[in-house]
Amino acid sequence: MPVQINIPPQLREQTGGQANVPVSGQTVREALADLVRQHPAVQTKLFDESGQLRRFLNVFVNEEDIRYLEELDTPLTGNEVVVLLPAVAGG
Amino acid sequence: MTDFLATRGSPVGRGYATNLRCRVCGKRYDIQPLNYCTDDFGPLEVEYDYAAIARVLTREQIERRPYNMWRYRELLPLDGEPTVGMQVGGTPLIRAERLAEALGVERLWIKNDAVNFPTLSFKDRVVAVALSKAREFGFRTVGCASTGNLANSVAANAAAAGLEAYIFVPADLERAKILGTSVYGAKVIGVTGTYDEVNRVASQVAMEYGWGFVNINLRAFYAEGSKTMGFEIAEALGWRVPQHVVAPMAGGALIGKIYKAFSELQQIGLIGEFACRMHGAQASGCNPIADAVKTGRERHKPVRKPNTICKSLAIGDPADGYFAAKLVRQTGGYAEDVSDEEIRKAMVLLAKTEGIFAETAGGVTLAVTQKLIEQGRIGRDEEVVICITGNGLKTQDAIVGTVEEPTIIKPSLDAFAAVLEQPALV
Repeated sequence: MPVQINIPPQLREQTGGQANVPVSGQTVREALADLVRQHPAVQTKLFDESGQLRRFLNVFVNEEDIRYLEELDTPLTGNEVVVLLPAVAGG
Repeated sequence: MTDFLATRGSPVGRGYATNLRCRVCGKRYDIQPLNYCTDDFGPLEVEYDYAAIARVLTREQIERRPYNMWRYRELLPLDGEPTVGMQVGGTPLIRAERLAEALGVERLWIKNDAVNFPTLSFKDRVVAVALSKAREFGFRTVGCASTGNLANSVAANAAAAGLEAYIFVPADLERAKILGTSVYGAKVIGVTGTYDEVNRVASQVAMEYGWGFVNINLRAFYAEGSKTMGFEIAEALGWRVPQHVVAPMAGGALIGKIYKAFSELQQIGLIGEFACRMHGAQASGCNPIADAVKTGRERHKPVRKPNTICKSLAIGDPADGYFAAKLVRQTGGYAEDVSDEEIRKAMVLLAKTEGIFAETAGGVTLAVTQKLIEQGRIGRDEEVVICITGNGLKTQDAIVGTVEEPTIIKPSLDAFAAVLEQPALV
């Protein structure tokens, strides 16, 4: 099974309406790179000019925030669901 | 409310809010239920036509209105009349003489939102704005992710407004806060996990189902309600700002909105120049913002598993953490955190000196204030306002074992007389 990236509604315009995009990659970084390869318009939404992940975007692997794992180097084995979510919520 | 009708006249419709603006890139959006920038996910902030407000709003006009949060309604993001939470706000600012003596300071005030209406916390302010706005947008179903106080408030205010409510809370929340939500007929979803996990699920639900979640897609409007705490502090002090404010930090929005309130009053000419040091308070068991301030880190390090009796502040990954830490630094304030034992002691001190039973977050705020005074960051001759945001009746378990148990006697006068002879009770 490929890794699935769950796309928030506001980014689906950039993914041709797809809510889940299958990608390949050994790490979150590679999975996101594959997402960008398939849907190049996503690049500037996810990353700033210096290539850093946007400050107010959270990334989860199987419901765990990657900041508690190995950030973008978090390894993927092939069945994970990666969720992209705006950080500005709650409180 | 008739004077609101008379004073409305902004060029953008009926209210004075003009647009939403990204706090990161500055991109502007029309007023809509959206909490983040679609370019960079930055948080959106409500902007107003301050020139138009300055033309119509005076101190006298505000003072003539009923003492509740809507007396500052031009500075809140509604287009029409408020329709939810009409009696919210207008809580007391108390000169705390006995507590001041105990802390060794001269001028201490308590802004007491433990008696806010209807659900005894400052959250009624934000919910009143969010649900009034939800109705303007046409939502019939609303919701929130909550550590408890917000759950109570959304449930109660939604019930009164006839809205359906879905409330997401950590499953291990205090029983009083869960019952105090369910009673209003809200659907309570207890999520097995931390608040941040609750928040993630609620965010996904809000996006997929298109409901009005007060602290998710309505968050830009919701957070504006917190400003009214700041407006009330300044007005109650005679239209001026204190030298220090100490506020609890969970998501980190409140402290910023109190400061925004002071800045707006200055911008529309209702107060003069001011210098106020904003101090933030957290529990040591969940201190991401205080840690960022103390270590000089720009971005907070999220706390995976909060561990504190103060569940209402137990947000490990605060949405406004970056901005709260920045504000504290910019205003020359500081942030501190305190242990569960310090929290309990401060709750009891506040109750015994001022007759105010605050929830655990109040204990955090007071204990941090004590710390800041001891550190010399708050001068003993300087004026301080501390923000009490919730009621102790909701977190009574926290002080079990800290306060004295009742003395049990037989129903006789002699038995009572014998109690009086016990030296421990003199």
